[in-house]
Amino acid sequence: MALADTHPSSSTAADWNVGSILLTAALTVIIMVAGLAFSVAVAVVVYMALELILPDITLLNAVLVMVLGVAACFGYFWGTNQLLDRIYPPRGDNIAANLIKANAIRPWLFLGPAVVILGIYLVYPVINSIVLSFMGPDGDTWIGASNYSWLAGDAAFRESMRNNILWLVVVPAAATFFGLVAAALTDRIAWGNFAKSLIFMPMAISFVGASVIWKFIYDFRAEGSDQIGLLNAVVTAFGAEPQAWITVIFWNNFFLMVILIWIQTGFAMVILSAALRGIPEETVEAAIIDGASPFQIFMRIKVPQIWGTIAVVWTTITILVLKVFDIVLAMTNGQWGSQVLANYMFDWMFRGLDFGRASTIALVIMAMVLPIMVWNIREARKDM
Amino acid sequence: MESAVGSRPALWWAVNLSALLLVVIWTLPTFGILVSSFRDADQLAVSGWWTALVQSERNIITRAQPPVEAVEENGAWVLRGNVFEDGGEVRAFGVSSRAPTDFQPGETAELRRDGTVRIEADGSYEIVYSQQPDGKRGQRLFVTSLENPKFTTENYETVLFSQGLGQSFINTLTVTIPATVIPILIAAYAAYALAWMQFPGRALLLATIVGLLVVPLQMSLIPLLRLYTDIGIGKSFIGIWLAHTGFGLPLAIYLLRNYIAGLPREIIESARVDGASDFDIFRKIILPLSFPALASFAIFQFLWVWNDLLVATVFLGNNEEQLVLTGRLRELLGSFGGDWEILTASAFIAIFVPILVFFAMQRYLVRGLLAGSVKGG
Repeated sequence: MALADTHPSSSTAADWNVGSILLTAALTVIIMVAGLAFSVAVAVVVYMALELILPDITLLNAVLVMVLGVAACFGYFWGTNQLLDRIYPPRGDNIAANLIKANAIRPWLFLGPAVVILGIYLVYPVINSIVLSFMGPDGDTWIGASNYSWLAGDAAFRESMRNNILWLVVVPAAATFFGLVAAALTDRIAWGNFAKSLIFMPMAISFVGASVIWKFIYDFRAEGSDQIGLLNAVVTAFGAEPQAWITVIFWNNFFLMVILIWIQTGFAMVILSAALRGIPEETVEAAIIDGASPFQIFMRIKVPQIWGTIAVVWTTITILVLKVFDIVLAMTNGQWGSQVLANYMFDWMFRGLDFGRASTIALVIMAMVLPIMVWNIREARKDM
Repeated sequence: MESAVGSRPALWWAVNLSALLLVVIWTLPTFGILVSSFRDADQLAVSGWWTALVQSERNIITRAQPPVEAVEENGAWVLRGNVFEDGGEVRAFGVSSRAPTDFQPGETAELRRDGTVRIEADGSYEIVYSQQPDGKRGQRLFVTSLENPKFTTENYETVLFSQGLGQSFINTLTVTIPATVIPILIAAYAAYALAWMQFPGRALLLATIVGLLVVPLQMSLIPLLRLYTDIGIGKSFIGIWLAHTGFGLPLAIYLLRNYIAGLPREIIESARVDGASDFDIFRKIILPLSFPALASFAIFQFLWVWNDLLVATVFLGNNEEQLVLTGRLRELLGSFGGDWEILTASAFIAIFVPILVFFAMQRYLVRGLLAGSVKGG
């Protein structure tokens, strides 16, 4: 068999294959580049021409860019398809061969812009970050594994890890729990949709906006004067002393987590509510006939049937928690023992100006996301 | 079959009240800043927003008119005026900082320099000197008043025009509009190819996209910042539009592919049989049919870009022309930590557009969430 592989005729066949693949690939790239160059060139020329006429307003500029960007995208797809149809016309004598060749190229024309952008904005950075984690502050000098050994001994990093783990334990659990309760309650009441909308609403609020909202709730005035923060007003109404909540070491982490739980409960509720409504009626009816109480029905019949969805909600919130940054930055900026990884990375990037160390911290976040990523891919492949 | 809930009034009440409690807890924080943003700055600083509708007690220190302006009346020199600029009710008053609440309205207090002062409940005062007084500094009056609730749009005027929120609002719009629309078309074509076209490497590409869904943004910041500096894009709108496009693409492709793959095969097959090319099928059949999925993604991307702080901080400058709402809000939070009239009004300006979009397009948002999550991503 080994001899047969080196036989001249089979090697020519292989050559033909490699050659045709290379030719197809080259042609694909040429068509893509031509289409892209053409559509972008047209868009830029039109932009420059309009720039001369229109007044200099950034918003108008943005709308113009949007229209031209969409037009350029469309121009690219239209242009490359036209080009492909010219090269391999779907008519005439070679129609069968042409169609096969064109069909080998066309998917890549459709995918081209997406693949290029994903490559530049997500794939390349992952590889580059790994390289940068072995570099010094400027990102150009090789310093070996120093960043990793620094990280291992860094107290602030350990504090961030501890807090991140706290966040990871508390926030997904609490948001999923409240989401489940909210879903169960709102599915049983006449004004359920209205209630759902209101609980869901914080989802539309930015983390910074939510931070302002909650900082106002945690506002602290010295004892004796009227508290304008809701939490301290309640606390003093019960006779306790007012606290500057976000500066209370260790417990302040939980006050920050409340913000994310507040935002994410709506998300959990929406998804779990849909899952609850998807439960087959028969199982519930059978339980009612058997005399189960509503609480038993919920805990023993309904919840076990939606474990899969609960897991999805849990992991989705977990990923969000790993990236949590805005809330900590806006509320405490990591002071009073509330630092988290994403904010610590940001700190080294912008204030420490050490790209090597910042990249190393980013890789730690990536490493924590990795198991979920693998799980997601495996789940998704089951569906496909 | 009797309903489990309907048969038990106690349970009905428990469910409704618990739901009400949840709704109140989840709405109250936002409601609080909405109310506060319309309150008078002085009242906001001393009383909780939940007291916004009741009269609030306030201590005012004011100066009466200078003694030289006293007018002679029946052998005495008299000054008249009002301690309030815009109404209120005097609860108590005094003439020294040690005893600011010694006198009830209508009573007469002795001044240290021979003379008396009387303040009525409506705030009008009358100071009577027995001899002609001189001096340009008016008598200090300490008044504890009950003020009517005051609501104003002044806070909004302040933040919009002198704190730069107006400009930031425009900057945010500038970032958001192209960054929402541009990824859609790119993603839609890719999603169609992944759903309905045959080519080697399709499964691998799809798995990669599912993987990229969860790549933390933090990974991309430094490499892209360096790349931008190297190729000269620097901190510009074009840079952030492209960055948001890149970060939004995995979700866009994933959502749209799931949707497009679920479209009925017969439509696409019969179009192929009729000789339509993939390009035509996409443009004439897929794109119109996919509208709900496109809308879902558009809302996600809109909310995400509008609310983003991290990408904007990294890829845009800190100057007036580029600072977006979230960045501005963060700056205000740092420099006006206790000025809640500024913070609440600013926060509300930053959140009202996404909230409007949210309520208007909630249907599509929910559909997108379900498509993205229940199916396994």
